[in-house]
Amino acid sequence: MSELTFEGVSVRFGGRRHGLTAVDGVDLTVPGGSVVGLVGESGSGKSTLARAAVGLAPLHAGRILLDGEPVRRGRRSRPALQMVFQDPYSSLDPRMTIGDSIAEATPRRGPARRAEVTRLLDLVGLGADRARAYPGQLSGGQCQRVALARALAGDPRVLIADEITSALDVSIQGAVLNLVREVQRELRLSLLFISHDLAVVRYVSDFIAVMYLGRIVEYGPAEAVLTDPSHPYTRELLAAVSEPVSTGEADPALRAVADVEPADPHAPPPGCRFHPRCPVGPAVLDGRDLCRESEPVPQGHRHLAACHFAAGR
Amino acid sequence: MTSPAKSTWAGVLRTPVGAGAAGLLAAVLLLAVLAPLLWSDQASAVDTGRILEGPSGEHWMGTDGLGRDIFFRVLVATGLSVGLALLATAVGVGAGLLLGTAPMLLGRRAGRLVTAVVNIAVAFPGLLLALFFAVVFGVGATGAVLAIGFALAPAFARLAQTLVAKVAGLDYVAAARIAGLGRLRLLVRHVLPNIAEPLVVNATIAAGAALLTFSGLSFLGLGVQAPLYDWGRLLGDGLSSLYVHPAAALAPGTAVVVAGLAFNLFGEAIAKGIGMRTTPVLLRPRVRSAPAARPAVTGEQEPVLAVDDLRVAFPGSTPVRGVSFALRRGEAVGIVGESGSGKTLTALALAQLIEEPGEVSADRLDFLGRPLLDLPARERRHLLGTSFAMVFQDPMTSFNPTQRIGRQLAEVSEQHDGLTRGQALDRAVDRLQAVRVPAAARRAKQFPHEFSGGMRQRAMIGMGMMGAPALIVADEPTTALDVTVQRQVLRLLDSVRTADDVALLLISHDITVVRQFCERVLVMYAGRIVEDLPAADLPARARHPYTRALLAAVPDMSTDRERPLAVIPGRPVDPADVPRGCAFAARCPLADEQCTSADPPLVPDEDGRRVACWHADAVTGLPLVAEEVRVGE
Ligand SMILES: Nc1ncnc2c1ncn2[C@@H]1O[C@H](COP(=O)(O)OP(=O)(O)OP(=O)(O)O)[C@@H](O)[C@H]1O
Ligand code: SF4
Ligand code: SF4
Ligand SMILES: [Mg+2]
Repeated sequence: MSELTFEGVSVRFGGRRHGLTAVDGVDLTVPGGSVVGLVGESGSGKSTLARAAVGLAPLHAGRILLDGEPVRRGRRSRPALQMVFQDPYSSLDPRMTIGDSIAEATPRRGPARRAEVTRLLDLVGLGADRARAYPGQLSGGQCQRVALARALAGDPRVLIADEITSALDVSIQGAVLNLVREVQRELRLSLLFISHDLAVVRYVSDFIAVMYLGRIVEYGPAEAVLTDPSHPYTRELLAAVSEPVSTGEADPALRAVADVEPADPHAPPPGCRFHPRCPVGPAVLDGRDLCRESEPVPQGHRHLAACHFAAGR
Repeated sequence: MTSPAKSTWAGVLRTPVGAGAAGLLAAVLLLAVLAPLLWSDQASAVDTGRILEGPSGEHWMGTDGLGRDIFFRVLVATGLSVGLALLATAVGVGAGLLLGTAPMLLGRRAGRLVTAVVNIAVAFPGLLLALFFAVVFGVGATGAVLAIGFALAPAFARLAQTLVAKVAGLDYVAAARIAGLGRLRLLVRHVLPNIAEPLVVNATIAAGAALLTFSGLSFLGLGVQAPLYDWGRLLGDGLSSLYVHPAAALAPGTAVVVAGLAFNLFGEAIAKGIGMRTTPVLLRPRVRSAPAARPAVTGEQEPVLAVDDLRVAFPGSTPVRGVSFALRRGEAVGIVGESGSGKTLTALALAQLIEEPGEVSADRLDFLGRPLLDLPARERRHLLGTSFAMVFQDPMTSFNPTQRIGRQLAEVSEQHDGLTRGQALDRAVDRLQAVRVPAAARRAKQFPHEFSGGMRQRAMIGMGMMGAPALIVADEPTTALDVTVQRQVLRLLDSVRTADDVALLLISHDITVVRQFCERVLVMYAGRIVEDLPAADLPARARHPYTRALLAAVPDMSTDRERPLAVIPGRPVDPADVPRGCAFAARCPLADEQCTSADPPLVPDEDGRRVACWHADAVTGLPLVAEEVRVGE
């Protein structure tokens, strides 16, 4: 069991003038053998954080540690971190049989390799005879199983799953979720599970981290975050999945706040980044100018929440 | 099992143009190899007695200045002409590939330099480059090969760069990189095989061009030198005696054209074959939206929309097989079902947007009391144009990216309602305000790409409200959006519905969204409605096994975390191959003989709920979470 830690991780894209900081000083821990669910809206930096962990996005600042050691990434060092991607079709080389795709990722050579491919295919519920199929001949759900098998081929200690079910049909999504959970428990993997679907995250995760505009705004045990959310943004997310849609608020200030567009990551709002949309922030309540001026840090509450008024509401 | 690429190439050969081009090219290549072996002697036999003769039985194309047979000379010259053109193309493609893959191999900084150089080189016309290099490398065949090769290189470098960049951004390359593959291995194993197809096509076409250019250089005396000869030189020699003896120039000229065409046609045919695979079957139709007009006068009881036995058929399949339902004013109804169940086609059929070769039929398709299928086209367009609005999943594809949003909204009123430009624009701003686009006047001047996804979707709804719609059909309007933005859009649709008593048909694969938003839910499976029930009856009173399976398979905020999710075994039905009997039978735990022999009809109960299942009443007793079935779907 290995613990994955992000320490003050920032990722920037583009030049100094037109650049944007997609991930901004993120501290996050995936405790050994447990599942951390990462939720947040599109563009909040979830995928970028994941890609930084596996070395696909350059770090601007901070460190990524595996059991306290910086993640080593070299040509021949066995990658202890593996990732499964969103789009089942683009994540497999269309010109390679799925057996070859998996074999490429195993450290073993020779006949042991073939046995390993068979074992992995079996592990993800596909027959060994499928090894000679091309990705185009498989369904989306099956491709996602293959992608999982390929990620497991390197015997990773930590697995990152980025929206792995969002491209799948609802009737197939369940099977893939079951499989991921089963494999995670069986191999005692640490898993960072990214999804925009709170119900899916709730189902697989032990801990939940909520991301907004490049920052983690709330983090805690899944049960606590879901039953007693401290950050207003988390409460919004929860309301979106559990309350019926209605024409909404009579209070014009609340309604205006509810209709505000998501912020532009190129120019994050000053102070608390959520303040233009916050239903208990300065746009709605008097005396909350603090939110515009200083940025809250996640600390000091039952679980971590980056809001000046997390405790008092 | 065969790789997907091979079948494409075979398919191209089966088309008449593809087969013809391939035959021609094969003939040219064969001639290039065989002609020098077979007829070299005839071609170089000097006969001073028969100088510059016209075509005759003995010399089909006449003779040249030394009395040599021109026909044979042209045949033999095929070898050198085609060979050198291919060599030049190889040089060009090779150099282009080196330059084009350099950015990936060398890393970012050096790569940027190479890219800049290529960009400059691409700006020069190829022929100019060829002439320049010809002078640099000196007169002669070698010089010409290098010259033409280097002239081709920038275009190939650019092509290769674009293709490499596209493939290198795909997830499988990322996955291989995570697995620790080096750059060169990545390039050879994952990138090159996946860009080979377009490269080969372009190389084939370029070979045709190289052939022409080479002939040009030889013609000018910069290419092949005596005593060797290619078509260009024969053409040059023939041209000097054109008036005496036109065949001497015509023969090599024709050869150049035919061989050039062979390469070009073949390349184009393959390109088309590859393109064919990526063309979507169903074109995204243009959005139809409502200009300002009075709503048609209808009786209170009359439904806005009444559909009976609606079918949509394509050659070889019938993806919508008899859909019946009605919508009252101000009612919100949802359609759920997995992809391929016919939701979108149903919506498109309602909007009369099914295009050839698709066919729509129905026993009844009444909108505001008028039979859509029987109305004359003009009247139908007017009726739909004035009272029907449609919102698509991806508003980016429904807006014209080159026009300002305000303009696109205004156009609707200008066209159907005779408003002036200014009036129409005012109305557009007003409607944008109505759909809560902040700073609507400023926003109206922006282009679609400057809007966020949620904002575009609001603009789309605003476009539908340029008139006074009686029905809004929204096909997955929030699927591309985040939960919070999704809610904003749904809230907007809901306020439009209650304010103007507009009926709303919301199509979604997400039963949770439909449940939160609609009064009534239609569940579709394999082109049929299998259940029609009030949203409030979900989940407990759902009666169809598919509805219940769907509810159990999708986790919600109360799902038991300790148990595996229920799984629907098997795969969705392929519309081209719908089984006999109940379409769900293969995946249904209750299926029996009756189910596989006869399709259950959709029958209403006393409360107006409808279900199509032989054993609907046995279902309600079953626990919602079925036993886990582990399958490789
Ligand atoms: N290669 C890149 N170059 C420039 N900007 C980028 C790049 N990749 C991501 N971004 C930007 O970084 C921000 C975060 O993107 P990211 O993909 O991490 O979001 P996300 O939370 O995963 O969203 P989603 O839910 O849509 O997947 C976005 O504003 C995005 O446009
Ligand atoms: S700090 Fe203020 S604006 Fe930010 S979430 Fe808390 S209350 Fe809202
Ligand atoms: S008719 Fe039979 S197979 Fe079809 S859903 Fe009902 S029980 Fe299942
Ligand atoms: Mg993402």
